[in-house]
Amino acid sequence: MLEPSIVKDNEIESLIKDVYDLYGYDFSLYSKASFKRRVNRICLIDRFTSFAELRYTILNDPDYLKHFIEEITVNVTEMFRDPHFFKKLREVILPQLGTYPLIRIWVAGCSTGEEAYSIAILLKEANLYHKCLIYGTDINPSVLETARSGVFPMHQMKVYSENYMLSGGKKDFSNYYTANYDSVRFDKSLQEKLILSTHNLVSDSSFNSFQLIICRNVMIYFEKALQERVFHLFDASLENLGYLALGSKETLRFSNLDKFYHQIEDQKIWKKVDHQ
Amino acid sequence: MITLMNTIELIVVGGSAGSLQVIMEMIKNLDDKMNFPLVVVVHRKAYSTSILPTLLQQFTSMKVTEIEDKTEIYQNEIYIVPADYHLLFEDKNTVSLDSSEKVNYSRPSIDVTFKSAAETFGENVIGVLLSGANADGVEGLKYIKKNKGKVWIQNPESAEVDYMPKQATQQVDYDLLLEPKDLANHINKLYKNK
Repeated sequence: MLEPSIVKDNEIESLIKDVYDLYGYDFSLYSKASFKRRVNRICLIDRFTSFAELRYTILNDPDYLKHFIEEITVNVTEMFRDPHFFKKLREVILPQLGTYPLIRIWVAGCSTGEEAYSIAILLKEANLYHKCLIYGTDINPSVLETARSGVFPMHQMKVYSENYMLSGGKKDFSNYYTANYDSVRFDKSLQEKLILSTHNLVSDSSFNSFQLIICRNVMIYFEKALQERVFHLFDASLENLGYLALGSKETLRFSNLDKFYHQIEDQKIWKKVDHQ
Repeated sequence: MITLMNTIELIVVGGSAGSLQVIMEMIKNLDDKMNFPLVVVVHRKAYSTSILPTLLQQFTSMKVTEIEDKTEIYQNEIYIVPADYHLLFEDKNTVSLDSSEKVNYSRPSIDVTFKSAAETFGENVIGVLLSGANADGVEGLKYIKKNKGKVWIQNPESAEVDYMPKQATQQVDYDLLLEPKDLANHINKLYKNK
């Protein structure tokens, strides 16, 4: 259903200011069009018929803020979304990473964890799982809970299984999970190397160095100025010759870091060339 | 001395099942002098590789581009919304993509783009809804109308799948009911009269 138009542009501005002043979450450089849709969607879900009601609740109910953050960010994700991207990781990128004694991968904006689990499966099948660490981070603590549980809805498995096969997977995808009525639990071993933590790309700094950073369909929600800042954060977190992977419609082209990166074929994967 | 009621700054064409033929016919016959961008939103399968822009490019000398995040849009160019993303307008020159929940079982959703166009372009946009099998686009047309933009609908009788245009004609106070062969002409007239 199409969201209603309850909140006006100037009200969005004051909402962003309130949330920042009170709670420290800075949404001022989020893409306006998308952010406004999310706010109107929240009004629909939580049955606010005016901006005043939403504002009052945010100002006076700290518990509500958790829910607000959860719904204001987009948490639509899939396993092996864009199978050809995962195929390229499998065939081109992982063999390169396999030469390192310890492989560190950061899935930034991992949401409920589907991509982190997909990466874990790829690494297992490449026999690299024993020497890897996968860091999954998100601004939103409650999606990380879901990621931690490893439990996903059953009805998505058909699509995930198809995606998996298109990505070059040779096994029976159902080997990776146990079905239980309308949900499935992914194999515990897929969590062994998974480190989940909150991290806000807007305000938090680099916390480790990686050989592969995957951040897909997150930058689309940021204005260019914020995208640039986050690219610099990634650059500071990426080893020389490491790889940065973006969503299928995102690009590093507009960034001033572009010259230090070499795009892998026609993929949304860039390799960092030597620079300090 | 012909004065138009207002200046068109954007045309958004939405369609689903049965609309591709109409879009090809339109693109073939557009003059290469549009003083506004034209954006096409069609329902496609999620991982369909981007052959649509290449296909459509064959029929015109205007540039046909599949939209990427924060693409700037220019007059006399044609833009195709990618599969699996909603398209929004940040302002009159910049678009952004959004991979949030499907709307009307669709991503891209025509409603989402029509509504965003209505809010950004007001009276300076024309929304065109073509053949299709669900009602995506109808709500969006209402927003365009409400914000004083123009609404064109394909005559359901000429549509390969008439559900979408039929719903639109029943629910929206449209400005023009068009036949597929005349669509390009209607657009060409917008700037020839200037």
